[in-house]
Amino acid sequence: MSDFAPNARFSGHGLACLRGERMVFASLDFALDAGGALLLLGPNGSGKSSLLRLLAGLLKPAAGRLAWNDQPVADDREAHSARVHYVGHHDAVKPVLTVWENLRFWAGLHSPAAGDALTAGALERFDLKRLAEVPGKLLSAGQKRRLNLARLLAAPAPVWLLDEPTVALDRASVKRLEADMARHRAEGGMVILSTHAEIDLPGAAELHLNRFTPAAPDMALLAGDGEDWL
Amino acid sequence: MHRFANPARFLRLASAILPWSSALSALLIAAGLYFALFHSPADYQQGETVRIMYVHVPSAWLAMACYSTMALSSAVALIWKHPLADLVAKAASPIGAAFTFLCLVSGSLWGRPMWGTWWAWDARLTSMLILFFLYLGHMALINAFDDPSRGAKAAAILALAGFVNIPIIKFSVDWWNTLHQPASVSKFGMPSIDPAMLLPLLLMALGFTCFFVTVLLIRVRTEIIASKLRAIRMTQIHAVPVAVPVAE
Amino acid sequence: MSRLFGIIHRDLRLALRQGSDSVMVVTFFVLTVVLFPFGIGPEANILERVSSGVLWVTALLASMLSLDRLFQADYEDGSLELLALTPTPLELLVLGKVAAHWLTTGLPLMVAAPVLAVLLNMNADGFVTLLLTMLLGTPTLSLIGAMGAALVLGARRGGVLLSLLVLPLYIPVLIFGVGAIDAAVQGLPVHAHLLILGGMLLAALALTPWATAAALRQALE
Repeated sequence: MSDFAPNARFSGHGLACLRGERMVFASLDFALDAGGALLLLGPNGSGKSSLLRLLAGLLKPAAGRLAWNDQPVADDREAHSARVHYVGHHDAVKPVLTVWENLRFWAGLHSPAAGDALTAGALERFDLKRLAEVPGKLLSAGQKRRLNLARLLAAPAPVWLLDEPTVALDRASVKRLEADMARHRAEGGMVILSTHAEIDLPGAAELHLNRFTPAAPDMALLAGDGEDWL
Repeated sequence: MHRFANPARFLRLASAILPWSSALSALLIAAGLYFALFHSPADYQQGETVRIMYVHVPSAWLAMACYSTMALSSAVALIWKHPLADLVAKAASPIGAAFTFLCLVSGSLWGRPMWGTWWAWDARLTSMLILFFLYLGHMALINAFDDPSRGAKAAAILALAGFVNIPIIKFSVDWWNTLHQPASVSKFGMPSIDPAMLLPLLLMALGFTCFFVTVLLIRVRTEIIASKLRAIRMTQIHAVPVAVPVAE
Repeated sequence: MSRLFGIIHRDLRLALRQGSDSVMVVTFFVLTVVLFPFGIGPEANILERVSSGVLWVTALLASMLSLDRLFQADYEDGSLELLALTPTPLELLVLGKVAAHWLTTGLPLMVAAPVLAVLLNMNADGFVTLLLTMLLGTPTLSLIGAMGAALVLGARRGGVLLSLLVLPLYIPVLIFGVGAIDAAVQGLPVHAHLLILGGMLLAALALTPWATAAALRQALE
């Protein structure tokens, strides 16, 4: 796994995000080294989820660029997808597939090398082993979330992008997730995480997204230079 | 607000062109109609009804030109992400639909004296009917999303897919038509055209084109202003008020 | 490649466990075809004359029935985001999903078609051609339909909109599918029609996955 190299570096320069017709944030820079963690902070609507989707490659930045080891990510999207795990608001659990089938499908799709052993280990780790044959529709919200998080271990990838991962998790599961993140970072992985809850992420850098929100325009703009429009 | 740098230039350009294009289209259409109604011969077979051609044929041309405009600007929007291109595509499709509709109605009116029926499954008319459905789909897709930029992107992909399909559909319909109808009926149009008929036809075609440009410019201008208003309102809702210090 | 089969396998498994989609499509096909004799009368020669057209138009409508679910479920539960983020090209995954869709709708339609052709008194000379046109035509319908399904993701009234977008694009397949059967019944050669249908299938295979994947990506933005 060369992507777990100790000198890996994931960075963004001058990132801007346009949602609908609104500039959510602009001129955002960050850099993360192997083993590092980044905590995204900011009120609702400040663009935490948008930034995570942008880092995953679901959104294209309106300006700026993302780089892996100073190589632009946009040059090779598939290589970037192989490096990244994204855990969003939806758990992507199919109600008619069993826990095992759900996880095995995602692991196999993400990296064909991920075998049954890794899948079993991930289920074990997230305390889902006894539920392996249970169909997704019978799971509780917390169990679905754990199944979604189990993808992180079932197919190893160096960058974890977690959008409010602790939602619906009980205290014990949060503790386990914290331990997993610590181990992942010790192996040279990176974690970028947004949360409103308390989470223990030692040595994490903080990124306050509201600092990058463009200021509200003057209402005079509405009335101003009307000659030009009409 | 880099996004609006170009539209501002467009608005200035549009204001400069609009008076000329609207005057020119009025002039050309008036001259075209005068020649079409008073200074061109009646057809020896079709009689006076041939004058419908002066509306029918240019609207068919413009219907296709509008789709090409739409497809071209959709390609520009998808490849270069030029913010104006989406607006041009959005503005062009209802105009194209209107020309297609005009072509269908005038064709039907022309068909009544010629074929003795309001509608014949003539290859050209059938293709036009399908083109009309393509326009309707494009317009419906643009307006089907809460986020206007989503609708614009989806419609751009649809416009290009439709553009690739138009020759295939045209070929299929021609083939289908020759299979099902005697060829003489579908000979609709002018194999050898009298020069006295050509002049009004060209005048009308040019007039229609100027009219298209005029309406397109007006519609794009409206779209720019509307999106500018939306953007300002969105930023008003979401932006952090500058005066209030943010607690951390 | 294993990823392509992985997604086909998963979609087929989902279709099998959720059931009903294939059954619904075939039921719709049969029921609608059976309506025609009530509408136009039971005279054998009239039914024979319209049989190819009725079968193809109905098959076309039936194959559209399940289209709006093709990406919708994955879109709603977040699976589509993860599919777009796998290291596999999205175009390939689209092909896998379309293949699974065809296996669960196009193939059952093809199997049901000859039975309905008997009910409509179709000339026996047309049966083989009917099967061949369905074999070449229904995958094209699935491919074009997938593009439409991807475009209307998240739209208001997506289902109705989908038919407006997709039906005009289905017309060439309809024309040549029916044309081939009519030619066969009249004892004329059909390979030209079949070649054109095959050409349309190849063109759709080459082009629609790109458009579909582009539509999916913009739906996820």
